[in-house]
Amino acid sequence: MRITQGTFSFLPDLTDDEIRLQIDYALAHEWPLSIEFTDDPHPRNTYWEMWGLPMFDLQDPAALLDEVRACREEHPEHYVRVIAYDASLGRQTVALSFLVNRPSEEPGFRLERQEGKDRQIAYTTHAYATDRPSGQRYGRADSGRGARSNGHGR
Amino acid sequence: MAADGRTSFGTSGRSAAVSDETAAEAEERRRDEEALAPDDTVDLGEVRREAGVDDVLDALDRELVGLAPVKDRLRELAALLVVDRVRERFGITADRPTLHMCFTGNPGTGKTTVAQRIGELLTGLGFLRRGHVVTATRDDLVGEYVGHTAPKTKEIVGKARGGVLFVDEAYYLHRPGNERDYGGEAIEILLQAMEDHRDDLVVVLAGYADRMATFFEANPGMQSRVAHHVDFPDFTADELVTIAEGMVADQGLRFSSEAYIALHEYLERRREQPWFAGARSVRNALDRARMRQARRLGEGGDTEVGLADLTTLEAPDLRASRVFAGGHRAD
Repeated sequence: MRITQGTFSFLPDLTDDEIRLQIDYALAHEWPLSIEFTDDPHPRNTYWEMWGLPMFDLQDPAALLDEVRACREEHPEHYVRVIAYDASLGRQTVALSFLVNRPSEEPGFRLERQEGKDRQIAYTTHAYATDRPSGQRYGRADSGRGARSNGHGR
Repeated sequence: MAADGRTSFGTSGRSAAVSDETAAEAEERRRDEEALAPDDTVDLGEVRREAGVDDVLDALDRELVGLAPVKDRLRELAALLVVDRVRERFGITADRPTLHMCFTGNPGTGKTTVAQRIGELLTGLGFLRRGHVVTATRDDLVGEYVGHTAPKTKEIVGKARGGVLFVDEAYYLHRPGNERDYGGEAIEILLQAMEDHRDDLVVVLAGYADRMATFFEANPGMQSRVAHHVDFPDFTADELVTIAEGMVADQGLRFSSEAYIALHEYLERRREQPWFAGARSVRNALDRARMRQARRLGEGGDTEVGLADLTTLEAPDLRASRVFAGGHRAD
C-alpha cells in the first residue's frame, strides 16, 4: 500500500529535478529546510528522526539535495521527507513537507478491532512493518547492519 | 491497493539514475541549441554583451578607484571565460577552469568589495548559479570541540553553494603551534569542498601577503588548488582623496576648497602612521569630521544654518584631527 503523506502525495513520486524546484520555491520564500526520516509509517507518527540539523540561510538547493541523497543512501528503506518551516510571525509552522524516499515494499496496515465494555468496538490501524524492531522493518538492505548514522556530526 | 503508482524515487540508486539522466538530457539539449559548425563564426562582443561582462567590468572601473592590477586580472579572467564558453559551443570541451582565488593585500584595499563583484561576474558568465557571497572567518569554520568542526564547515560550504565563499584572513585557520587546534580539519574539509563542488562554488581566500605565503607553505594542497593569486596594491594619497570624495558625495555632502587641501594633507600624514587601514580609515576619518561639523554648527556662535552649511565640510573639521598634532592614534 503506497503511503500518501504531505504535499504532492497523490502525484507520482518526485524526481530529483522536481525536488530541486520545490526546494528552490521554499528558499525563495526564505523557509529554512530540514530532512527527516522514519520507518514507522503510522499517520500519527509526527516526530521523525532528524537528518542533521535544519539548514538555515541557504541560497541554493544544491547543498540540501546533497543531504537528501546522503540520507537516502544511508536509509534506502526508510521514509525520508523534506520539511520547509515558515518562521514568519503569525504562521510559524511547517509550510511544506513532502516525501523524497520510500521503502521498496510497503506492506500496509491492518484494521484492529478491540472489543470493550458492552460489546463496544474500538478500531485502530496497525502497520505490518512495525511488527519488527525499528531499523529492520523494510526490505533486506536494512537488516543486521547495526547502528546507522543520523546525519549529525558527519 | 497495489503499489504500482510509483514511478521515480523508490530506492536511492534508481532515483539518482533518473535525475542524472534528465539533467544530462537538459544539458545536451542546451548544447544542441547552441552548437556551432566548424566554419561558423561568432561575434565575441555579442557574447560579452549577453553575459553582461562589460557592464560588470565597467562598473568595477567606475566605482573602484585604483587597483589597476586587480582590474587587469579580472579582465583577463573574464576574457578567458568568454572564449571558453564559445569554444564549448564549437564542440571543444575544455575543462572548466579552476576559479578559486587568493586575494592578498593590506587592510582596506578592497578585497571584500572585489569578491562581491566576482560573484556577479561569474554569474553573468554562467559559471555560478547565484553569485551571492558568503563571508566566513575562523569562527565560522572551526569548531570548539572534537566533531564540531566538520558540520560547521559543511554548513558554511552549503550556504555558499552556487556562489562565492569568501574566507577572510584565511591563515588564522592554521595554527602551527597548537596540536589540539581543529583548524587543520576545517582546511581539509574546505579542500575537499573546493574539489567536489568545483562546478558551483568559488572559494576566495583573503589576507595579508606575508602571512598568506606562510599559510600556503604549510598547506601545499591549498596552494595548488588556488589558481588565481591577485595582489591588491595600497592606495596612493590621490586615490584615497578620490575615494573620500565618492564617500561624501554618497552622503550628500561636499568639501569646501580649504577642506579639500586639508583632506589631502590629512591622508598624506595618516598613511605614514600605524594602523592605517586604507579606505576603511578614510571612512572613519570622514565619520569623525562629520561629528565635528555637527558640533561646530550646533555649538558655534551663530546657530542659524542653511543647506550649504549643513552639506559642506570645512577645513577645521578635518584639521582638528589628532593626526595633525603628530599623535599616534588617529582621532
